[in-house]
Amino acid sequence: MTGRPKLAVWKFASCDGCQLSLLDCEDELLAVAGAVEIANFPEASSAIVEGPYDLSLVEGSITTPHDAERILAVRKQSKFLVTIGACATAGGIQALRNFADVKDFVAAVYASPQYIDTLATSTPISAHIPVDYELHGCPINKAQLVEVISAFLAGRKPAVPAHSVCIECKQRGSVCVMVQGTPCLGPVTHAGCGAICPAYRRGCYGCYGPMETPNMPALTREWRQLGADGRDIRRALRSFNAWAEPFRKESAAHDD
Amino acid sequence: MQDSKADVTRVVIDTKGLQCLLEALAQAGYRVVGPTVRDEAIVYDDIAGIESLPVGWTDRQEAGRYALERRGDDACFGYVVGPHSWKKFLFPPVETLWTARRDEAGAMAVSRPEPSQGPFAFIGMRACEIEAIAIQDRVFEQGPYTDTAYAARRSDAFIVALNCGQAGGTCFCVSMDTGPKAKHGFDLALTEMIDGPSHRFLVEVGSEAGARIMVQVPHEQASAGQVEMAEAIVERTAGQMGRSLDTQGLKELLQDNPEHPRWDDVAMRCLTCANCTMVCPTCFCSTVEDHSDLTNTEAQRVRKWDSCFTMDYSYIHGGSVRASTASRYRQWMTHKLANWIDQFGTSGCVGCGRCITWCPVGIDLTEEAAAIRAAPGEKGSG
Repeated sequence: MTGRPKLAVWKFASCDGCQLSLLDCEDELLAVAGAVEIANFPEASSAIVEGPYDLSLVEGSITTPHDAERILAVRKQSKFLVTIGACATAGGIQALRNFADVKDFVAAVYASPQYIDTLATSTPISAHIPVDYELHGCPINKAQLVEVISAFLAGRKPAVPAHSVCIECKQRGSVCVMVQGTPCLGPVTHAGCGAICPAYRRGCYGCYGPMETPNMPALTREWRQLGADGRDIRRALRSFNAWAEPFRKESAAHDD
Repeated sequence: MQDSKADVTRVVIDTKGLQCLLEALAQAGYRVVGPTVRDEAIVYDDIAGIESLPVGWTDRQEAGRYALERRGDDACFGYVVGPHSWKKFLFPPVETLWTARRDEAGAMAVSRPEPSQGPFAFIGMRACEIEAIAIQDRVFEQGPYTDTAYAARRSDAFIVALNCGQAGGTCFCVSMDTGPKAKHGFDLALTEMIDGPSHRFLVEVGSEAGARIMVQVPHEQASAGQVEMAEAIVERTAGQMGRSLDTQGLKELLQDNPEHPRWDDVAMRCLTCANCTMVCPTCFCSTVEDHSDLTNTEAQRVRKWDSCFTMDYSYIHGGSVRASTASRYRQWMTHKLANWIDQFGTSGCVGCGRCITWCPVGIDLTEEAAAIRAAPGEKGSG
């Protein structure tokens, strides 16, 4: 690479929260701007530099025929492409449509449904193009985003562990809420948030999606022991990462 | 700290004496850490005085279950063991090992952070927990390489042991010969004695540092009756163990059964979440993360607790050696109860029961070991 690497940030179906976490890197933002040329980031600047780009950060899922085409063009212009957030890595909360008929939603929500051109499913970016790295979370952790960018610049592997939230929870010194009777998704959820919810005495909501080797049936058996029924389990698993395979399969197993 | 095997001085203090002891330790410059109620549990944290202790509380522990309950008395140490062991103080969960900075001329300077905590005074350490620290000492201090930060925290620490007045549902120190009475490795050892309105502690002085502190604490000589009473309390506790582990030939049993079908059975239940290794007072594994900053002028090496239950732990070029849950559980339990003996000369288990209580699905290593013992030599489908 000669000069500063060119960074582009792309938005697909999403709430913008993950790309805004880049702008939220207040202390590191100047260093980011110094280390890379922010070439295409409409949320931050209207000045757009043409591709190709050295590093593309992609937020959001694919929900329209137009976006399914657009992501192919993004891939072509990107040397290294990282998807950020639950929408881009798992389909997001909008993937709840995948469990129902999207036409029913369109008819219920829009006064003139004939103007809506949408796909039947919301799918992760990796279902459409090869992705070089996935950063999980709803929203992503900004420190992890800086870590991924720093690692890219240094040509090293990012230190982003794929183990359970429990390890972060114990490193933080929290007391396990599940053993104290509160159903928690921490043991099957990918680390990254720093185990925020158990630190406030709540069960984990699974915002970072499935961990590397989730044992879903073992966890939901214990949830039932703690008094959760099939609906509770289904609802817990069908949130931001509903379409991630381990969560999707297990939620379907509790369709009772 | 020294072990004092003969002529142990035994004195008696009351609750005011206990308060004096805590104050004397704080005045001597120690960071006083002990049991206190937080997050509906009795955790080990900084304590300001006797009012910070879990007075009148106890804990009910079973496989995968923990709850606080009120006691019928005002015992200060009327619980079993906390959710986290003391290892978080001597072997912190996250520790920066060094930072490297490059100046404008291109020169590199490496600095090591000063240890910021301590010296610690640990209040209410159980016999099993003292044994656990002795096991970690072998790992961090007594091998060919010494962990200097650990060694500094360890040598400065003042230990007030607490002989257990009750055992919990997941305790099995009697099986492991690690309790419930602290025999060595302490500066002072207390036995809490409540008899109607009388609330006293028998104090055994275990080191010169302990004797020096006791000079500042009002006490009286223990009577023969009080010594007997304390012994009876510990003896009663020894009879209350919620679990037991048959250690006879256990090393060979586990080492001879790597393909036992029980490993597949436990894999159906195990979450590979790593909680057992995090709460274990002897598990010592760590990983290091290297971080570089955006401007390429500073790098850090950070050590974090790691676990043999993660995929990264056994990752070598091409993949993880222990990809299956069965192989990871077997690695942990066989190391803990068998290979540890070959490696360090003792079992890696002290019978504190934390891995049983704090497993979210209540997997019980004493039960797993018993299942293999019941049908040794069986082979799984692989």
